[in-house]
Amino acid sequence: MTGLGLRYSTRQGEVRALRDVSFDLARGEALGLVGESGCGKTSLAKSLMRLLPDNARPAGGEVLLDGEGLLSLPEEEMRRVRWRRISLVFQAAMNSLDPVYRVGQQVLEAIEAHGVEETVASARARVARLFRLVGLDPRVMERYPHELSGGMRQRVVIAMALSCDPDIVIADEPTTALDVIVQDRILRELKAIQGQLGISIIYITHDMAVVAEVTDRVGVMYAGRLVELGETAAVFRSPLHPYTEALMSSFPSVSGEKRRLASLSGEPPDLADPPSGCAFHPRCAYATALCREQSPPRVGRGGQWAECWHPLDPAAVPVDPA
Amino acid sequence: MMPRPGDAAVTHDLPLVEVDGLVKHFPVAGNVFRKPSGFVHAVDGVSFRIGRGESLGLVGESGCGKTTVGKLLVKLLEPTAGSISFCFADASGDEAPSEPVDAATLTGGRLRDFRRQVQLIFQDPYGSMNPRRTIYDTIAEPLAVQRIGNALDRVDRVAEILTLVGLTPASSFLFRYPHELSGGQRQRVAIARALVLEPSLVVADEPTSMLDVSSRTGIMSLMEQLARGLDVAYLYITHDLAVARYMCDRIAVMYMGKIVELAETEELLRHPLHPYTRALLSAVPVPDPEHRRDPPAISGEVAAPVDPPPRCRFYERCPQATSTCESSPHPPLEEKAPGRFAACYEV
Ligand SMILES: Nc1ncnc2c1ncn2[C@@H]1O[C@H](COP(=O)(O)OP(=O)(O)OP(=O)(O)O)[C@@H](O)[C@H]1O
Ligand SMILES: Nc1ncnc2c1ncn2[C@@H]1O[C@H](COP(=O)(O)OP(=O)(O)OP(=O)(O)O)[C@@H](O)[C@H]1O
Ligand code: SF4
Ligand SMILES: [Mg+2]
Ligand SMILES: [Mg+2]
Repeated sequence: MTGLGLRYSTRQGEVRALRDVSFDLARGEALGLVGESGCGKTSLAKSLMRLLPDNARPAGGEVLLDGEGLLSLPEEEMRRVRWRRISLVFQAAMNSLDPVYRVGQQVLEAIEAHGVEETVASARARVARLFRLVGLDPRVMERYPHELSGGMRQRVVIAMALSCDPDIVIADEPTTALDVIVQDRILRELKAIQGQLGISIIYITHDMAVVAEVTDRVGVMYAGRLVELGETAAVFRSPLHPYTEALMSSFPSVSGEKRRLASLSGEPPDLADPPSGCAFHPRCAYATALCREQSPPRVGRGGQWAECWHPLDPAAVPVDPA
Repeated sequence: MMPRPGDAAVTHDLPLVEVDGLVKHFPVAGNVFRKPSGFVHAVDGVSFRIGRGESLGLVGESGCGKTTVGKLLVKLLEPTAGSISFCFADASGDEAPSEPVDAATLTGGRLRDFRRQVQLIFQDPYGSMNPRRTIYDTIAEPLAVQRIGNALDRVDRVAEILTLVGLTPASSFLFRYPHELSGGQRQRVAIARALVLEPSLVVADEPTSMLDVSSRTGIMSLMEQLARGLDVAYLYITHDLAVARYMCDRIAVMYMGKIVELAETEELLRHPLHPYTRALLSAVPVPDPEHRRDPPAISGEVAAPVDPPPRCRFYERCPQATSTCESSPHPPLEEKAPGRFAACYEV
């Protein structure tokens, strides 16, 4: 994915939801995407799937899947890619089920529509297997969405996203409505199938603990830009961007001393009118006049990079964005 | 010394809600239409109380009945059995609690007052908002229904609360529609709508699950400030024990429609008594990529509680179960140590 941009037009003007976002995803890799609410994570997922609302306008960039450009594909061909090759677990997925059909039926239809199984019986067996995988009793297939709890509906949608053996699964806050035991199980199962089938997963989440446990690399977004990317362990051990550091210093935990939670001071920027220079400068403890005036360069160390004038590790050297 | 509203320890002793033996069963449709093939025991004999300004956490596995308890409290559902009674402070602001009223008997003006005093923040901020109404309409509606302020005051009030929940500049959000917001922004609108009426009790169903940590922290401290300043009590439903730790004075752990443990937050987290609580704690992910956690002692398979057998609900998955557990009814919730309640034969 290179140079991806996206704007929404609203009554208050253009919201610049994505600006020049580039990254690559390897087969079998788990990539985490984190960042504050409203920074553009869901917009990124929807751009990849080409499921954008009417007021959205792509602003440049390209997405290549095994060398094939997705953004210029005609819609019929995109339908061949969507769900079968790239699938998405929507944020607040629990609401995307149709209230008038039994939940098992809905997953079954997804499988039949894409011709993944030969017979109805094998398709049914696949649904039952998927339900067990997400920790649901297959008898739940016979129930209607309103008869399920929030977390149960969320799991039905995860099963649906996995139903057509996609190459890439984008999971937008997939486990936020789930308790830790079910979450643990689903994350372990996803990890296992990711290894076995070579599925790549993009986890969009605000939960740094989930990122730490299941991802290989992590990207940090701020105000519509990817501001840091690197191996998860490296980013946790030694972040380069001041925003990443701030993001990581503020999670609550169940063990250890009960700390006062350090809230990141200041407000996230208004995307209709983003700050000049580095968008993070109004909230950054290290900001200088340079940060206010000019866009920061990309600097890196090993495979890790950040966009910052004053990276936390002075050993980081300028890298070529390409 | 007079009790001050900000003095949590004092006001918690004034009861606000008393829940006694609450039961909710849902029929399961059979293959033959209309004839139920069984009942989901979503909530099965739950009792607890919440003091004024107190924050009680309700945690537990997906499908264990948390949302159902919340909906019963705000009267979106009527119980199959059991009672809920409320003791609201007098409108005069008098500290003396009024007589407890049974929620089932409320009608007319008292029901309208109840709808102001008790607010629900829904688990899904998508389903709970009308897509055709702007953020301003969404938040101002309860003010209009309750006939609070005039149209001009309401704009100020709404802008003020948007700022409080971190949707700034408020002017850029007032006239947007729900679909023009990100998930977390929508969740904050839902929180603003519940708080704008300054209620006595807020049932918050996973209110911050979609927020990143920094905005979550902001919302959590806002809710905490309201609890202290305005004596707002919370039933805080969450699956996130770390969040419960920051928000709640006490925590109740639910399993398949029953409360299995209830204690002060730090006590419960430090020395969990019930085997289920212990399993829950061992499954909390750790924010450190180098750390490898063992899988939790119990698996993720949960059957829906359709006509469950009469023994301990946790028996099938319990690593400590004995023959007593197998042959006895579900254990009662007993006080095992001062202020520490658990429902288990082996504790
Ligand atoms: N259809 C739309 N019209 C106008 N603005 C929009 C629309 N959808 C999203 N936005 C805005 O674009 C920005 C990015 O939204 P997005 O949903 O991608 O955020 P996010 O990172 O997923 O946040 P969250 O963690 O809260 O879900 C936000 O500021 C949001 O208000
Ligand atoms: N209207 C209904 N009809 C039938 N069954 C229902 C209904 N509402 C809830 N249930 C069942 O009651 C049980 C408890 O549901 P509830 O929504 O209270 O769970 P929860 O603890 O909030 O779970 P989650 O954490 O997943 O949101 C579940 O087994 C669910 O399937
Ligand atoms: S570029 Fe400057 S303002 Fe931006 S994060 Fe780095 S130090 Fe802070
Ligand atoms: Mg989102
Ligand atoms: Mg629920």
